[in-house]
Amino acid sequence: MEKIKVEHVSKVFGKHIPQALELVKQQKSKTDILKETGATVGVYDASFTVNEGEIFVIMGLSGSGKSTLIRLLNRLIEPTSGNIFIDGENISKMGKESLRNVRRNKMSMVFQNFGLFPHRTLLQNTEYGLEIRGISKEERQAKAEQALENAGLLAYKDQYPSQLSGGMQQRVGLARALANDPEILLMDEAFSALDPLIRKEMQDELLDLQRTLKKTILFITHDLNEALRIGDRIAIMKDGSIIQIGTGEEILTNPANDYVKTFVEDVDRSKVLTAENVMVRPVYVNVDLDGPTVALKRMRQEAVSLLMAVDKNRHLKGYITADDALAAAKKHEQTVHSIVQSEVLTVPPDMLLQDILGMIHNSPTPIAVVKDERLLGVLIRGVVIEALSTSDEEATTHV
Amino acid sequence: MYNFLDNIPAIPLAPWVESAMDWLTSNFSVFFDSIQKNGKLLMNQVTDLLVSIPAIVLILLVVIFAFFVTGKKFGLATFSLLGLLFIYNQGLWTHLMETTTLVLFSSIISIIIGIPLGILMSKSTIAENIIKPILDFMQTMPGFVYLIPAVAFFGIGIVPGVFASVIFALPPTVRMTNLGIRQVPKELVEAADSYGSTASQKLFKVEIPLAKSTIMAGINQTVMLSLSMVVIASMIGAPGLGREVLTALQRTQVGNGFVAGLSLVIFAIIIDRLTQSFNKKKAV
Repeated sequence: MEKIKVEHVSKVFGKHIPQALELVKQQKSKTDILKETGATVGVYDASFTVNEGEIFVIMGLSGSGKSTLIRLLNRLIEPTSGNIFIDGENISKMGKESLRNVRRNKMSMVFQNFGLFPHRTLLQNTEYGLEIRGISKEERQAKAEQALENAGLLAYKDQYPSQLSGGMQQRVGLARALANDPEILLMDEAFSALDPLIRKEMQDELLDLQRTLKKTILFITHDLNEALRIGDRIAIMKDGSIIQIGTGEEILTNPANDYVKTFVEDVDRSKVLTAENVMVRPVYVNVDLDGPTVALKRMRQEAVSLLMAVDKNRHLKGYITADDALAAAKKHEQTVHSIVQSEVLTVPPDMLLQDILGMIHNSPTPIAVVKDERLLGVLIRGVVIEALSTSDEEATTHV
Repeated sequence: MYNFLDNIPAIPLAPWVESAMDWLTSNFSVFFDSIQKNGKLLMNQVTDLLVSIPAIVLILLVVIFAFFVTGKKFGLATFSLLGLLFIYNQGLWTHLMETTTLVLFSSIISIIIGIPLGILMSKSTIAENIIKPILDFMQTMPGFVYLIPAVAFFGIGIVPGVFASVIFALPPTVRMTNLGIRQVPKELVEAADSYGSTASQKLFKVEIPLAKSTIMAGINQTVMLSLSMVVIASMIGAPGLGREVLTALQRTQVGNGFVAGLSLVIFAIIIDRLTQSFNKKKAV
């Protein structure tokens, strides 16, 4: 279900805004607009939708307008034109009072530098959102304590933010946002200020949380690996425009333009691609029908020395080698049952390549990709390595 | 040689100001008179109260207060004890109390006016653009000049003294309040907004607490400036240590002048350190 809908939203900073907006409508480039009017376009005709329960990542380098875009959603920055709907309500046309209600009840924000109030204890920070809503002291403290408890920080509730490490501070930032029980979380580079290890830990925690909470999360980052790790869908921004929206896989396998491609080249593909993405069509024999002669013929046709063995429901039974098939054919055996070797490694289709690499390295046979016992494909060492090399064309030209 | 500049008649600015003042004093005389009368009454009562407390009790209270406010250190406490005993010993205790009243009133009035003005300035760039040059004007004007309208409105005595002191001492509080609120990190303001704070919730729960140490620095400056105005205000009959200095000056009594001046310095150091350490303690 659609939770957030952004329609042709633009933000222009500076003077001559109407003229600049006119130029935006004429689809002039950002630099042309700056040259002609002196106005800076922060966000340029952005449109996208975020579904309920989805983690939608907006990825871009600094200056790409991603932080401006997220602030347009709760109107910390006023959009210059366009409409933003949350649950069908037009945020961009809302009066002050209703906007405040939306901010109080529907969405909470988590900040890059945590945005914790240094003069308040962790508990007081966590209960801030509830406090300004006028919730009674006992109730808001109970809720805030629960949120801190979930973040594993209840013991520190009377400390001040400056007494905590960055990772802990951001846990408080997240706890403060969640204490409000919002439907939407806006996370502005929430993990960017943290050490890589802590960052990974926080990403895992967020994913764990999301599994139970099912919030709609809008996450801003400049790190594509982070985007791919946590995002259900990713929007890539450049110069204020969204240039591609898609799942991580779509962006990796089918970058919209050279800009996205250069990004994607730096990605550690083993953390993104799954068995499903790199498996090849399996060459197999049906153990219920085919005999050793058929198997040998098929090996010759496909130029392989090994076949997967399946039953009539395509359930994996094992594999047979060329040598065994040859011996069986000489013995005029009618079926391949006797030569099927059942010890074959299997992986589910959504397993990450980084986890497969170790297995494939030690396995003499290809790895079978299996779902509900059905054979979907096989992983061959050469193909996997090729998929991991940074650019497809490069790999093929050098082979 | 013919000088065409001489041909331009003098702009009658001085008469204009004078007639404006006349208009104000004659039309609002009831208002000014009641302030003068009630203010004088109130301040005299405070002074009487201060004087009625046995000096040694007051001195000990200040010493104990100084001891705790500075974090249980003996420096300021010892200084206060010796300094105040010295002033008492020199027979200037009553004058000191009069000065205290004057500083107290002008500081409080400055803070009451200054902090809201500073908040207004921090919230509105238009207000800032209007108020800033006025503050510059107030600060560059020699303190003496404020005595003239003070006398015109309130005659002589302690009330015009406070009036002149307020004008003279107001700017730092206004400026520092404005600065402190504008310096609150943007992310914290955004955090307050993003959770749906109203303007006053944001101001009282986030901005003022975070700007507090800057505002306190401004208040400290205001207190010091109003103390420095004490001597000048004595020229229009404000009582206190300043008057002693002035009398000594008029009679060229170097010794008396030195003692009164020294007493003022002691008093200044004590209240400066007190307001400053108050700030340090409160700052997070």
